[in-house]
Amino acid sequence: MQTTTLGVRLRRALGSMGTQVFLLLSSVVALFPIVLVIDNSLKTREAIFLKPFALPLGDAFSAAGYHKALTQSNFPLWFANSLFVTLGAMFLILLLGSMAAFALSEYKFRGNAFLTLLFLAGMMIPIRLGTVSIMRIAVALRLINTLWALILVNVASGLPMAVFILQQFFAQVPHDMKDAARIDGASEYRIYALVLPVVKPAVATVAIYSVIPVWNDLWFPLILTSGNRTKTLTLGVQQFVGQYSIDWGAILSSMSLAIVPVLVIYVLFSREFVSGLTAGSIK
Amino acid sequence: MKAIAGERAKRGKPFPTYLFVFLVPPLAVYALFMIIPLFDSLRLSLYKTMGDGSEVFAGLGNFVQLFTSPNFAPRLWGSLKNNCVFFLINTVVQNTIGLVLAVLLSRQRLRLRRLYLTVLFLPTMLSYVIVGFAWKLILSPVWGVSGAILGFFGLGQLLQPWLGMEGPALVAVSLISVWQWIGIPMMLFYAALLVIPNELIEAATVDGVNAWQAFWKIKMPLLLPTIGMVEILTYVGNFNTFDIVYVMQNAVGAPNYSTDLLGTFFYRTFSGYGNLPGDPTMGTTIGSVMFLIILLGVLLYLFGWKRRVRTYEL
Repeated sequence: MQTTTLGVRLRRALGSMGTQVFLLLSSVVALFPIVLVIDNSLKTREAIFLKPFALPLGDAFSAAGYHKALTQSNFPLWFANSLFVTLGAMFLILLLGSMAAFALSEYKFRGNAFLTLLFLAGMMIPIRLGTVSIMRIAVALRLINTLWALILVNVASGLPMAVFILQQFFAQVPHDMKDAARIDGASEYRIYALVLPVVKPAVATVAIYSVIPVWNDLWFPLILTSGNRTKTLTLGVQQFVGQYSIDWGAILSSMSLAIVPVLVIYVLFSREFVSGLTAGSIK
Repeated sequence: MKAIAGERAKRGKPFPTYLFVFLVPPLAVYALFMIIPLFDSLRLSLYKTMGDGSEVFAGLGNFVQLFTSPNFAPRLWGSLKNNCVFFLINTVVQNTIGLVLAVLLSRQRLRLRRLYLTVLFLPTMLSYVIVGFAWKLILSPVWGVSGAILGFFGLGQLLQPWLGMEGPALVAVSLISVWQWIGIPMMLFYAALLVIPNELIEAATVDGVNAWQAFWKIKMPLLLPTIGMVEILTYVGNFNTFDIVYVMQNAVGAPNYSTDLLGTFFYRTFSGYGNLPGDPTMGTTIGSVMFLIILLGVLLYLFGWKRRVRTYEL
């Protein structure tokens, strides 16, 4: 369009400037609390209260909060517990979810529609509503205060979404490929192993979807694993902050210690996170 | 049972073992830790917990007690009302701003698009514990942060201990939830807008349609399925919210139950709080009421919204 008038160009420039201003302000609001917590975690008590917006430089700097948070609590253990639960749940969601999704999209059998619907229903009904019975089952299976209780509960609540997304991707894999392998005498397990790499992008999306809620969960750790040896990071930090409510340096440091790993992983994989989420929702 | 693919090879076999191998492990975990507990909880809501801890069948006794007894009814209606306010604020503020952000982010030739998407989605990655405490500290009058910010805009006199005040506390907690979850509607709307072909908008522009009309007449009808999805996700999420209130205002929804939601009421009842002992079966009764509320929303969505909204193939 070579005939754009000055007026139109001006309106466009103003429009894109307005967009930038709005997005910039929104980004500041999104980042502000996180930056404020990390910034003040590195300061002395006086600096936290007198100059909350200053950088932790010179006299204002202090790592005493981190010292206290790390010595008065059990951060390394909580962190290891959270990592074990999150990775364990993610692995099982991907494995079991892909097995179910493969079977449901590949084979026609009586009950297929029912099972698909059963998994679909799980996306809409929160698992929390069954908590009282979950506690009893965990007690009966001697799983209370074991990390396996958290893994199994998170796998159960993560499976519906995993099956839903993976099923659609499995259905798109061309039949020629599978049939060629079958003619060569491949078993159905071999076919599954053959098809799995083809749906890798969907597997990545499911991994993202399932990791965040498991890592951040407070409800089930509170109910199933509140023992000293089995606390997760979220529960540990929650109780630590409640206990040291007067020592702001220690509170802010413990919060920062919980934020930083998530922040690092998110920044490293932000491309995958964003494209995974949009890809997942287009499907 | 028979397989479509490789049918010839499989014909005649009584049952394909591989089908069981693929399906039994996932179904076992899903059934044992989700399906069975959900149904078992519905069943338990028909039993009364006696003083000695035994459970006796009581029909709808728990429900009658929940809706009529002075120990439970005020808390039920109170948390239900608060939960409706919480949902309303989330729907209006979170989903509207999420839509506006998505529309802006999907503009052609936008600079820094990926950076904005990454930053705006960041709060959604954090746990309630971090989000709740960070905002609790920021809103605390003990720390000068909110005072300084209001002072900067010349509004210093507005500073109040909002989280300790009955009306404002619920609004504050709702808005903090909005802050945390805005990334979800933003991403879903953004993904839906990406699919709308540019030629469609360009053709309309050539015909003299301005940007405002293009949004309302072209994009909006195409976004309706996504709006429904965002709404139902918000609804289901909001009506079992627990964490943000628990972290910021304790399990009692301080001050004076003004931030008590169905989730905190449910938790308090089955696990016990302070010197009140837990009543597991009464807890499952509240859980069943929440189940019905969520089911009602899901059914309205499936049969009221999804059936009527047209989906276009683009």
